[in-house]
Amino acid sequence: MDHFPLSWGRPRNEAVDLYSTYPVHERQRHGQQHDAFTQGVQHTQQPIVTGTSVLALKYKDGIMMAADCLASYGSLARFKDISRLHAVGQYTLIGAGGDMSDFQYLQHLLNDLMIDEYTSDDGHKLGPDEIYHYLSQVMYGRRTKMNPLWNSLLVGGFKDGQSFMGYVDLLGTTYTASTLASGYGAYIAQPLLRKAVEGRETTLTEEEARVIIQECMKVLFYRDARSLNKYQIATVTERGVQINDAISSETEWAFAEKIRGYGAQTQ
Amino acid sequence: MTSIGTGYDLSASTYSPDGRIFQVEYAGKAVENSGTVIGLKVKDGVILAVEKLVHSKLLVPEANRRIQTIDRHIGMATAGLLADGRHLANRARDEASNYRDLYRSPPTLQALADRVGLYVQAYTLYSSVRPFGISALLGAVDKSGPVLYVVEPSGVFYGYHGAAVGKGRQLAKTELEKLDLPNMTTRQAVFEAARIIHLVHDDAKDKEFELELSWIGAESNYQHAPVPKDLFAEADTKAKEALNEGMED
Repeated sequence: MDHFPLSWGRPRNEAVDLYSTYPVHERQRHGQQHDAFTQGVQHTQQPIVTGTSVLALKYKDGIMMAADCLASYGSLARFKDISRLHAVGQYTLIGAGGDMSDFQYLQHLLNDLMIDEYTSDDGHKLGPDEIYHYLSQVMYGRRTKMNPLWNSLLVGGFKDGQSFMGYVDLLGTTYTASTLASGYGAYIAQPLLRKAVEGRETTLTEEEARVIIQECMKVLFYRDARSLNKYQIATVTERGVQINDAISSETEWAFAEKIRGYGAQTQ
Repeated sequence: MTSIGTGYDLSASTYSPDGRIFQVEYAGKAVENSGTVIGLKVKDGVILAVEKLVHSKLLVPEANRRIQTIDRHIGMATAGLLADGRHLANRARDEASNYRDLYRSPPTLQALADRVGLYVQAYTLYSSVRPFGISALLGAVDKSGPVLYVVEPSGVFYGYHGAAVGKGRQLAKTELEKLDLPNMTTRQAVFEAARIIHLVHDDAKDKEFELELSWIGAESNYQHAPVPKDLFAEADTKAKEALNEGMED
């Protein structure tokens, strides 16, 4: 891309000349021959359309995950009906924060992977553990090329009676735990989740787990300026992956009237 | 060697004076001598069935499958050289995956058969390679509904309602023509396919064979999959019974 408007040629309509380039007959040809900047390999340097936190926890029958339906364009709430939870096969669920186009690329990659596995017809099926390690290799490989996929991903699943939950991000950092939260949720929701879940992973019922998740999503909606009060909860259990329709939390904003110091105020 | 070919059959890149390419015709012979393969395109799905001749009792049952999966919704059954079938299936998988990368949607069978046909045809052009010794039945349910194609060693491919290649193709075709394929359900077609394979098998010439059955339809969630064990057993038994009844008449 030539970044110099002078090199862009004459305006098509000579009455309009947005960049005052006309008439510049003997202008310098920028960029055409050598432009060190544009000729270099360009890597992703920032995410564009982004999703915020994803939460996940283990409970008695499997794992539960939640993410809101917002894809922001900077601080603009651009797309409000996006699903950031994605099933991979019948045992695995991934939830993505960060760049949504990179997430779509990953969905495509995983779809190809699952087709390769299906067509090999060897009687084996990829579980959450395999998909997690595949993803972490992809993420680490890309960051090593200085061209990361700008996501933080939660991988959750249930296969052969075992729950699995893991985190992997744009740097290739990985860890597994019984409660996980990415993005802003790692600061706001993770302590709440730990307090509610740790030590009770094998006894928590689905209803209890749902209450915990809903409470955390509500807190996140209050605190996270890039969040939306419309979110999906998904579970992975023996019965497979179930991604539910979007729901909202009851919120209370009366206190906002009394906040002074910013915003629209009359006094 | 007698005068067959008379020198014009030494390479696939040479025509005979009357415009034939003998190597391609010989490849057709490799298909004709193989176990029968049939495909049925019915109302809501496609069935592929193979008479896999087992040359040794020492072989593990269900080994060396002749029906392979190309994409979630596409299956391929080959008659002829098994290794050529394997290679072509791998190529077809690559083509399907490439189509997905390009267009971000599942390939139609028409598009896939087109690409596989081009690939097979390329092997009829050069003296350094040998044409494929297989006919490949491609079955799928795609956005246009159920589809069935046969790719021949020359690279041509045709769409069919019912197709048969290999040893018993003549008899199998006659049987297929008797069926009301467009109004048949996938489940019914499984039984017919099993019956035809058992019928065309020649006990006198080939002792052992293994039946292979796969389907794509509502019951397989429109994915290409082997026919489930219980249905397979039922179809297999019924086919044998029908054969015995036929003998008694």
